Amino acid sequence: MKAITWRGVNKTAVEAVDDPRILNSHDIILEVGLTATCGSDLHLLGGYIPAMRAGDVLGHEFMGTVAEVGSGVRKHKVGDRVVVCSFISCGRCWYCRNELWSLCDNGNPNPAITEGLWGSGVGGCYGYSHALGGFAGSHANYVRVPYADQGAFAIPDEVPDVRALFASDAAPTGWTGAHQAEVQPGDVVAVWGAGGVGQMAARASMLLGAERVVVIDRFENRLAQVAQHIGAETLDYTQTSVVAELKELTGGRGPDVCIEAVGMEAHSNDPSFLYDQVKQQLRLQTDRPTAVREAIYACRKGGTVFTLGVFAGLVDKFPLGAVMNKSLTLRGAQQHGHRYIPRILEGMRTGEIRTEHLATHTLPLEEGPKGYDLFKTKEDGCVRAVFQPNGGGRPS
Amino acid sequence: MKGGRLAAGVTVVAVVGGRLLVRQLRVARQPAMADGGRDRRRDTRWLAVTVDREPDQVASGGQLPEPLAALGDRIETRTRPAPGGKGTEVAARPRTPAASRDGSDRQELRAALRRAKQLIEVGEVLAADPILHGERTATPAGLALEAVTRRADREGVL
Repeated sequence: MKAITWRGVNKTAVEAVDDPRILNSHDIILEVGLTATCGSDLHLLGGYIPAMRAGDVLGHEFMGTVAEVGSGVRKHKVGDRVVVCSFISCGRCWYCRNELWSLCDNGNPNPAITEGLWGSGVGGCYGYSHALGGFAGSHANYVRVPYADQGAFAIPDEVPDVRALFASDAAPTGWTGAHQAEVQPGDVVAVWGAGGVGQMAARASMLLGAERVVVIDRFENRLAQVAQHIGAETLDYTQTSVVAELKELTGGRGPDVCIEAVGMEAHSNDPSFLYDQVKQQLRLQTDRPTAVREAIYACRKGGTVFTLGVFAGLVDKFPLGAVMNKSLTLRGAQQHGHRYIPRILEGMRTGEIRTEHLATHTLPLEEGPKGYDLFKTKEDGCVRAVFQPNGGGRPS
Repeated sequence: MKGGRLAAGVTVVAVVGGRLLVRQLRVARQPAMADGGRDRRRDTRWLAVTVDREPDQVASGGQLPEPLAALGDRIETRTRPAPGGKGTEVAARPRTPAASRDGSDRQELRAALRRAKQLIEVGEVLAADPILHGERTATPAGLALEAVTRRADREGVL
């Protein structure tokens, strides 16, 4: 089969790769319908997560049709249309049973790497480096899905493929942030980042009852999507002071909940951006926490800051004094998607969650490198490049 | 000029990133490094996993499951209920701490504990191989990563 692979820093290719096969009784083999680029892929592409090998298959946000089932699979059969959670989780350990699915004890065959980095192993993830298991990603004609009864979800007939696709990662990641940050009815929520995850965090906050939701970015087309498709307010940080705007908007308090959906390659107009970038390039820090700092500064006393963007290691100039003295709650998570995907698919069925607009560029698998270039440079208004490995999904 | 700077930058990133990776993987191999290498009980410390099952489901009839059972008298083991209903703590360590100077006995035990936990909780061990991939190229960082992943189920802070 064909697959989009990581070839080195800022290099991808389309290569011939062996077809996957059933390795465990709980596996299915999925014929991939649609598979999306994700902002977190850019950290792999840029070499910021040094656990990739040349030839590794990319892609962790996908849906498709069941092509083969293992003997232990009970919920799915050949021909079923399913969306698959990006994280690989067993469903049987304490963490899975307590709805902390991305922390699964058994989903990562390489636990030593993340135990060394973070003190504990976390679950596996498709196409996201050997630190998260080394699993082949979904940018291919077929992909092996372990623990399929837990990780694959039947798509309601009324939901088109391109909407269901984002129930794999962007939407459940956004829901993880809003729900785990404990957004309450009446809250004011600020979201840093108007990419797919930020937009979904904003939408989840609204559906959880937030009274006002503000999304912060610099790209006009993304902020326009927020206004048109999500229904949240927007701030362009290149045109104004984010902290001043948020203080004014909240009667001087600051947002009750601040969700950071940017991650380790944050951009800023502030002089600290140059400082952070130099330190990151020299590996004196692994991540640029620009948006996190601003979120902590802007958050109201006693509020919650949630780091939803992907961070890998160490950051510098972290405002711990503000966290302590303002009595902030600081939380973070990869997506506990298995918990939220059923709710999201129902929202997609009723129309209260719409994601089609995120797929600004749909390309055949053979144009993988072009798709990643568009996505990385954000040219032509690219929000997400989506690949059709087998000729396309069901039209909306 | 721009391309030259970029290439130099990429080289610096690759070298420094490779060093960082190697350092972090050394921490993974020898977790005592994370606290400044102060763990004087490193060779005798119990290695432990918590299994999300009741004690009688973990060691039925007092017998530990495979592959721990296969290690027989080479290891000593203990089990006890985890607080807060978190299952059963299963701990083990080599009976002869200095049996292998290279730490391979503790590596083998670490892998056995993880596999036993998976067998009890899931019923089978998650297969990782073969990993599907395109063409592999021989780079120092890539070869180092490959060496690490080959033993990634035997190392760590467990």
